[in-house]
Amino acid sequence: MFADYTMTELTSIFAMQGFAGLTLFSVFVLMALGLAIIFGQMGVINMAHGEFMILGAYTTYLTSNVFSSYLPESLYSLYFFVALILAFLAAGALGAFIEWAMIRHLYKRPLDTLLATWGLSLIMQQLYRTIFGPREVGVTLPDWLMGSIALTDMVEIPINGLFVMAITLVVAVGVGLTMQKSRLGKQTRAVVQNRPMASAVGINTARVDRLTFALGCGIAGIAGAAFTMIGSTGPTSGQLYIVDTFLVVVFGGASSLVGTIASAFTISQAQSTMEFFLSGSMAKVLTLLVVVGILMLRPQGLFSLKIRK
Amino acid sequence: MISKSRNYDSTRGTRRTLLRRMLAIPAALALAHVSLPALADSANSTGLAVTDSTVTVGILHSITGTMAISETGSVQAEKLAIDQINAMGGVLGRQIVYTQEDGASDWPTFAEKAKKLLVRDKVAAVFGCWTSASRKAVLPVFEQYNGMLYYPTFYEGLEQSPNVIYTGQEATQQILEGLDWADDAKDAKKYFLLGSDYIWPRTSNKIARKHIESVLGDKVVGEEYYPLGHTQFNSVINKIKLKKPDVVFISVVGGSNVAFYKQLKAAGIDMTKEKPLFLTISVTEDEILGIGGENIDGIYASMKYFQSLPNANNEAFVKAFKAKYGDDIVIGDVTQAAYLGPWLWKAAVEKAGSFDIDKVRAASPDIELTTAPEGYVRIHDNHHLWSKTRIGHAQLDGQYKVVYESSELIEPNPFPEGY
Repeated sequence: MFADYTMTELTSIFAMQGFAGLTLFSVFVLMALGLAIIFGQMGVINMAHGEFMILGAYTTYLTSNVFSSYLPESLYSLYFFVALILAFLAAGALGAFIEWAMIRHLYKRPLDTLLATWGLSLIMQQLYRTIFGPREVGVTLPDWLMGSIALTDMVEIPINGLFVMAITLVVAVGVGLTMQKSRLGKQTRAVVQNRPMASAVGINTARVDRLTFALGCGIAGIAGAAFTMIGSTGPTSGQLYIVDTFLVVVFGGASSLVGTIASAFTISQAQSTMEFFLSGSMAKVLTLLVVVGILMLRPQGLFSLKIRK
Repeated sequence: MISKSRNYDSTRGTRRTLLRRMLAIPAALALAHVSLPALADSANSTGLAVTDSTVTVGILHSITGTMAISETGSVQAEKLAIDQINAMGGVLGRQIVYTQEDGASDWPTFAEKAKKLLVRDKVAAVFGCWTSASRKAVLPVFEQYNGMLYYPTFYEGLEQSPNVIYTGQEATQQILEGLDWADDAKDAKKYFLLGSDYIWPRTSNKIARKHIESVLGDKVVGEEYYPLGHTQFNSVINKIKLKKPDVVFISVVGGSNVAFYKQLKAAGIDMTKEKPLFLTISVTEDEILGIGGENIDGIYASMKYFQSLPNANNEAFVKAFKAKYGDDIVIGDVTQAAYLGPWLWKAAVEKAGSFDIDKVRAASPDIELTTAPEGYVRIHDNHHLWSKTRIGHAQLDGQYKVVYESSELIEPNPFPEGY
């Protein structure tokens, strides 16, 4: 299939395809991190994860409107950073509230959290529809985000791709540091390994649960804000991401953040390479088949935490 | 103006309504003597929900769920048409009352609600459905209980039911003219076909490929499908860059659209340069709202209607639509097709002189509408519309500028031979 093209054309296309794979990788990591924290650390399957992402997207939309109506134009190009922070706070706050109102009553019944959060996702979708209307909203992006850097005639690197990568890097490092170094991270890991014992040494497990859930939702909010650059913002847009998100988390091994990153890398590279050589739908089918095959051999996922049961 | 939505609750027959009904019987008997001439009018004896002063129709679209995003415009257009008809004195002297049901983006629900509208409410016509899947789900219901459905969406063809009037374009009407234009006006020789992976894009591209290869003598350099809701298009954008087609022919739908055009722009492809030229059959002004005019500026669309169409009918329609739904509203191809439904039904009923479904069906062929926003349309024997095809050029403000219009009305051909 490549006989008709020159060597330079092929090299540039492969370079760009490599970049496309890396962008997909960052997107996967960003959307899966929040879910992985909640699923891995708390055992709660949050079906409303996509809707928390869209809350972030709508926050970005509102921030952009506020900036363009009330603030001087020179500040507009910076609104996106403000939106990212607000998205984190909004989704995190709602997450904390949901944990208090709903999730904490269901910790002993993991299957019920599945149903409850699914119901929550339906409620949130309908709320978005009532508040923002059923149509998609267009989020206007600052000009500097929409261009591309032309390295050669053929190789052009999308700036929003780079930006998503940067956000992913910051968030992933942030989460890693929080989990490894901070007091909350240490407490969380203690609770995951042995809840009664953690409680016995004076850790307020209820508070740890709430903060963990809020953190996971907040990261979903950041992801949603970032995805306004590459995708749609509508009441049901969250559903577009949820399947891939679960795929990444389950394949990586539910309780390991390293696993999530490794799994995002494997799936994104496999998918983007196959997409180039086959058609998009076939690539998806093959990716799913490979994942199913591997999970049959290794039901716990790529990485799993060794805990004495 | 009578246009209130009525939602029946099947489990609740309160005593008060029962009482009212019992009181109504003697009242009706008394009235019958007075209004004998009106009863002699055969229009009331069809078994449908027709009284001396009202006729009930159904509106069946998704107002919740994934498809609400697309179907909202259709509901608005149908209600506007009904209001306008009522203001003009209604149909056969009766005001139109509508019963609205929500298909909830779920195909079995569509079938259930269709049955409810036909069997319980006995509506004289139904305006509704959007996706082919929902139409296929309600089709057996309409055929079994002999209802009449006015279906607004452009679709893949390969269907012709006696119980449906298709007010959108079938595939050949929309596609062939657009490809001819690209070949002729833009001298395109190499085409890349891209679509979401389901029946409409696949059928459309099958027709397009055949036409490109056998009729135009041009070349298809790629054909690609992505799952519905796919959000990452970088790989296919790279493929387009590598294969350098003259035209990318696109039938991507839903949320994927937003992702595709945003990523296209971010990948450094300036759509206004027309290298390649982007020709879509799926992005109306409605979709551009979500995509953002600045992300799609410069592409072309092949459809039968654009909000900017310069004619008196359309200007009046756009004005009325904005007066009812606000200045920010936009009107896409399907919204206009949905608007035609009630008007075509009214014309057929008046020609038949009755609301009876069989008579309306018999009267439907050759019904013409000179007041259609898109200009002039006529119902073909095969229940589709003769209509013109236009090419629009997307502008920064999210509107299309009409750059080409077929000289003749294009005959609908839902079963194209050789495709």
